[in-house]
Amino acid sequence: MRNRPRRTLTLTTILATAALLAGACGSSGSGEPADSGGPIELTIATFGEFGYEELLREYQANHPNIKVTERKTGKAGPHHQNLIAKLGAGSGLADIEAIEEGHLSNVLDKAARFNDLTQIGPADAGADRWLPWKYEAAKSKDGKLIGYGTDSGPLAMCYRKDLLEAANMPSDPQSVKALFATWESYFQAGQEYVQKSGGKPWFDSAAQNFNAMVNQQEVGYLDRNDKLTLENNPGIKKAWDQVTAAVAQGQSAKLTAFSNEWNSGFKQGAFATKACPAWMIGVIKEQSGPENAGKWAVTDAFPGGGGNWGGSYLSVPTQSKHPKEAAELAAWLTAPEQQLRAFEAKGTFPSQVKALESPRLAAQTEPFFAGEPRIGELFAAQARKIAQPQYKGPGDGQIQENVTAPALQAVEQGTAPAQGWQQLVDGAKKIVG
Amino acid sequence: MTVVQAPRRDAPPAVPPRPSFRQRLSKWDVKFSPYAYIAPFFVVFGLVGLFPLLYTAYVSLYDWEIGDDDPPFVGFENYVQLFGDGQFWNAVGNTLSIFVLSSGPQIVIAVLLAALLNTRLRGPTGWRIGILIPYAASLVAIGIIFANLFGNQYGLLNSILEMAGIDRIDWQAGTLSSHVAIAVMVNWRWTGYNALIVLAAMQAIPKEINEAAVVDGAGPVRRFFSVTLPLLRPTLIFVVITSTIGGLQIFTEPKLFDVGQGSNNGGSSNQFQTVTLYMYQQGFENFDLGYASAIAWVLFLLIVVIALVNFLITRRLAATEGGRR
Repeated sequence: MRNRPRRTLTLTTILATAALLAGACGSSGSGEPADSGGPIELTIATFGEFGYEELLREYQANHPNIKVTERKTGKAGPHHQNLIAKLGAGSGLADIEAIEEGHLSNVLDKAARFNDLTQIGPADAGADRWLPWKYEAAKSKDGKLIGYGTDSGPLAMCYRKDLLEAANMPSDPQSVKALFATWESYFQAGQEYVQKSGGKPWFDSAAQNFNAMVNQQEVGYLDRNDKLTLENNPGIKKAWDQVTAAVAQGQSAKLTAFSNEWNSGFKQGAFATKACPAWMIGVIKEQSGPENAGKWAVTDAFPGGGGNWGGSYLSVPTQSKHPKEAAELAAWLTAPEQQLRAFEAKGTFPSQVKALESPRLAAQTEPFFAGEPRIGELFAAQARKIAQPQYKGPGDGQIQENVTAPALQAVEQGTAPAQGWQQLVDGAKKIVG
Repeated sequence: MTVVQAPRRDAPPAVPPRPSFRQRLSKWDVKFSPYAYIAPFFVVFGLVGLFPLLYTAYVSLYDWEIGDDDPPFVGFENYVQLFGDGQFWNAVGNTLSIFVLSSGPQIVIAVLLAALLNTRLRGPTGWRIGILIPYAASLVAIGIIFANLFGNQYGLLNSILEMAGIDRIDWQAGTLSSHVAIAVMVNWRWTGYNALIVLAAMQAIPKEINEAAVVDGAGPVRRFFSVTLPLLRPTLIFVVITSTIGGLQIFTEPKLFDVGQGSNNGGSSNQFQTVTLYMYQQGFENFDLGYASAIAWVLFLLIVVIALVNFLITRRLAATEGGRR
C-alpha cells in the first residue's frame, strides 16, 4: 500500500515529461490552407507611426469579407531584424510588411521571397502614381517591384532664426537661401557664424550632413555591381573632406542624432542649423518644447539641390496566403487620397504625384515655426527637386549606420580626419566583404 | 548476480516464486522512478541548453547568412578568419578590461560590505534589503540613467566636475573612461547581490571559532583575515566563478552606454565593444550567422578557461591565508 502513491507519482511524472516533449515539438506546422468563402484575415506589420488606424477601420467597413490586424513595432531597427529573421525562417511574417528606405537594400537582396507587385497588384497602382525616384528604388535587379512607396522625406534646411539674428547674419527665409545654396556656401556661412557668435556650433553632427551629401551623389557607397566605391569615388571623398574641415573649425555640436544629448541640445539651442527631412519638423517641435516656439524657421532650400531622407514601402512577402488581397490593401493604403490622410494623422509626407499636387497638402502650415510656413507646399517643392534614385546595394544601410556615423563621431572626438577615413574604408570593406 | 545466488540460501523452493505484477511494478518503481523525476531538467536542458550549444557549433562551420537555403560548408574558416580579426581581439581586450575593472573591486567591496552587515546593526533586514535593491532594478533603466549621468555635454557627472573646477571628461570617447563608466554600472548592480551571498556564508561560520580567536588575543582585523576569509573560501570561489561568467558576457550596459543608444558598435571606434556585442552585431545586424556562431564558441571556451584560472587563484589565495596559522 505504501507504494501506491509513489506509483501514481511515477506515472504522473512520465506523463508530464511526455507532455512536455510533445508540447515542445508539437507547436509547429499548424498552418491551415486558405479556404474560399470564409472571411479573409490579413495582417500588416508596421513600425513607428504610419497613421493607418483610421484607414484600416474604413477599409474593413467597405470590405466585409476582410479582417485586418495591424502589428505595430516601436522602432525600425527591431522591425527589420524580425523581418529578415522570419524571411530566413520561412514563416511568421505578416501579409504586408513595411520596409524602411535604409533597410530596403537588404530586402531587395532577397527579392525572390517577395511578390512582384506589378504582377499581383491592381492595375491602377502603376508607376505614374509615384515620384519616379520613389518607384524606381523599390525595384530589384531583375525588375520586380517589391514595395509600394508610402511616405518620403524630402530635405529642406531648418535653422534657428533667433540665433542667426543674434550673430548679425541674414535670418528671414528668403535671404538665408543664399547661405544654403551649395555645401561650399553652407560651410562658409558656418565658419562665419562660429566667428560671429563667439564659437557656437553651426550644425548638430557631422554624420547628419554627410549622409545627405552621400545621398546626393550619383553613385553611393556601392556601384551597380555591388562593388565598394569608396576608394575611387571622388564625390564621397570630397564630402568627407568638407565635413571634417567644418568639424575642425568648430562647426559641429558633436551631438549624435537621436541621443539624449541631442534631445537636450534642441532645448538648449546648441546648434543653429539642421538638415531637415519633412518628418524632422515633428521631431524639432517635440524636442525643442513649447518654450522654443517661433525660434525655428525652415526654408525651401537645401545645399546641393534636394535630397531624400527616409520614407517607407509596403511589401507582400511570398509567405502571404492571400497575396492578391494583400496587394490590393497595400495599393489602397498608398493611394494619394489615403497618403494625404496619413499625413494629416501622423505627418508622414506623401510620395505620390497627385498627393503632392493636392491643394489640401499645400494648405498645411506649421504654427510652431517662425512665420507659420506652409510646410506642405514647401516640402512638395523640395520633393520635386530630387533627381534620381541612387542605387543602394546590400550593406549600404549598415555602412551608413555602423561605419560612417561612428567614424565621423571619432573625428568629432579628436581622431585625425585621415585616420577616420581609413576607419571608414576598412569598416565598409568588412561589411561588403 | 543476486538472482544467481538466491536459490543457494533457501534450499527448498527450486522454482523461485514468480513475483506478482504489483511486486514487479514496485521494483521498476525503485529502479527507474528517480530517473523520471530528474528527467524534466535534463529534457529542458537538452532542448534549450545542449541543443543550441551543439547547433551553434554546427552553424559555425558554414558560411551561413540568414535566409540562405543551402549555406556552403567552410570547415574552420570562420575560426581562422576570427583569429585574424582585429576587431574581435579589440572586443576581447575590452571585455577583459571591463571585467577586471568590475569584478575585482566588486568582490572586495562585497566581502567588506558583508563584514559590516555581519556586525550588530539596528534593523538588519532593512540594510540587507537595501543593498539588494539595485539588483532588483530594471537593467535597461539603469543603463539609460547611467548613460545620461555620463553624458558629455549635459551629463550630471560632467556638470559636477566642472563645478569642482576639473576638466570635463568625454566618458564615451575614451577607452579607459568608457570602461570605468561601464564598470561602475556593473558594480552598482551586482555588489549588493554578492555581498548577500558572502554574508550568508559568514553567518554560517560557527561562533566558537571566533570566540576562540578572541581568547587567543586576535583583534578584529586579524580575525577577519585569519578566520573569516579562509572559511569563506568555497563561497568566494562560487562568487568569483559566477561573476566571471556574467562579467565576460556583458552586453546590456555597453549597448545602452553608446551615444546612439542601442547601437552595437560600442562607441565611435569600438572602444567599448564587448565580445557579446560584436557577436550580436555579426549575427543580427550583418546577418552572418556562421561567423557569429564561431564568436559564440570562442567566447564559451574563453569563459571556461578564465573561470578555471580564477578558480585556481581563489583557491590558492584563500588557502595560504588559512595555512599560515
